Amino acid sequence: MTLLSLDSVTARHGLMTAVHDISLTLAPGEVLALIGANGAGKTTLLRTLAGAHPLASGRIALNGRDIGALPAHARLRAGIALSPEGRRLFPEMTLRENLRIPAENGRKGAWTLPRVLDAFPQLAPLIDLPAGGFSGGQRQAAAIARALLANPDVLLLDEVSLGLSPAAVEGVYASLAGVRAEGRMAMIVVEQDLTRALAFADRVICLAEGRVELTGRPAELTREAITRAYFGLHETETADV
Amino acid sequence: MFETLVQAIAQGVLLGGYYAIIAAGLSLMFGVVRFINLAHGDMLVLGAMLALFAVEGMGWPVWLAVLTVLPVMAALGWLAQGLMFERALQGGALLPILVTLGLGAALQNAMFGLFGSNTRSLGAHIGALSWSGWTLPGGITLGKLPVLVFVTAVGVLGLLHLMMTRTRLGRAIRATASDPEAAELCGIDARRVHRAAAAIAAALAALGGVFLAMRAQVTPYAGPAQLIFAFEAVVIGGVGSLWGTLIGGIVLGLAQTLGGAIAPQLSLLAGHLVLLAALAWRILRDEAAARGGWRALTLRGGETR
Repeated sequence: MTLLSLDSVTARHGLMTAVHDISLTLAPGEVLALIGANGAGKTTLLRTLAGAHPLASGRIALNGRDIGALPAHARLRAGIALSPEGRRLFPEMTLRENLRIPAENGRKGAWTLPRVLDAFPQLAPLIDLPAGGFSGGQRQAAAIARALLANPDVLLLDEVSLGLSPAAVEGVYASLAGVRAEGRMAMIVVEQDLTRALAFADRVICLAEGRVELTGRPAELTREAITRAYFGLHETETADV
Repeated sequence: MFETLVQAIAQGVLLGGYYAIIAAGLSLMFGVVRFINLAHGDMLVLGAMLALFAVEGMGWPVWLAVLTVLPVMAALGWLAQGLMFERALQGGALLPILVTLGLGAALQNAMFGLFGSNTRSLGAHIGALSWSGWTLPGGITLGKLPVLVFVTAVGVLGLLHLMMTRTRLGRAIRATASDPEAAELCGIDARRVHRAAAAIAAALAALGGVFLAMRAQVTPYAGPAQLIFAFEAVVIGGVGSLWGTLIGGIVLGLAQTLGGAIAPQLSLLAGHLVLLAALAWRILRDEAAARGGWRALTLRGGETR
């Protein structure tokens, strides 16, 4: 069963094509890791899926419905939520207010404030504090919690471990493992930490210069193949999926 | 002398209430939509003219005219945002200025065509409210209308504050003002929020216009002067701050009445000088903050650049 399907998705920054003709599918509950060097198009692809970046051509379908023309707020209601690069919390608002906004404007479902605070216990003491004073790990946890509260079918997580201490990364991934175990929510995770990505994902896609260089299950991919794809050495190796 | 000073201070504070009302909409538009509406003063006068038409042309009571004009102007603000301001914002920094300048001119000429150029006032329709007052010990007089305007300003700002902090729309407005794209990613339709902000701003302008028409004579060309006062109150009080507009309005009102107490022709000049002083203070403060404090700024050759 296909939850999300991308058919020849292309996105541009001005004249530069950042994402070329990417096609893929995502099943319910599946975790896909997007890896690749800086500038490979990972963030642009996530932003295009979330509606924060225009789709130049191609088709994006969620539960069989074409959502490519929907603005970002409508994509959230359709079932795609993005925890963006830079976290993008509202700094002058309290964490409670930050979390209330997607709960009010997104979909209703199993993820409620108490349940999110169970999954991210590090956030509970911060609930009435302004988000502007949070540490990197706290901001990342809050951004993921905020996306979860929209009860998406597909959760997009950009640069999960970027700028975080090892302890904070550990805490965030422990919470994500709990989220993953709870339901049928699929995830696409952009992660620079290859070891972490390979350990967490069901499937890995490596992008280089906006194209899919390598795709496969973590156990089926060799380090050498990943390294070659990561740096866009154009010796494509595709494991059966 | 002392009584004159106290009287001027009281009048200045109360006048600040009017300036807060006309500045709040401008501040909201800039803080949320990042849009400077140069037609804000003309929209204010349009609100006054519509209320005058309802009262003088249709024989409505003033309260009914006000209650009708506010939602009508809110609807016009919503439409202006959707049809003009939104598109102008996509055309770079200069286009919003040109569009709202043109809208202001068009409104002025439309009002001239529809209502004529005569000065008009609601003062004759509100009975003793326009001239009566309370006399306090020491001979200080507080006009009932200025007190009503001030109390309304505090009430309106209080309601806006409650709306911003306690309601879903308020949270959406604050989130959109902070980061429109992140707000969209949280399910907020930023365009609708911008239109809602424009509607509130237009209703506030109309409320200011009605009060202007109660306390003074209004012509179709009165808008630009009111725009300048609104700008001054916003800048003095801090752009994007609701309660700041009240403080800015009071400071502006005080400057004008105290200046006017010294010499009538100094009234407006004193307000403009306070604006310049506020701007100079902001520039110096930011420079000092960037350099690590006032001492770093003042110790450079003994000069504050």
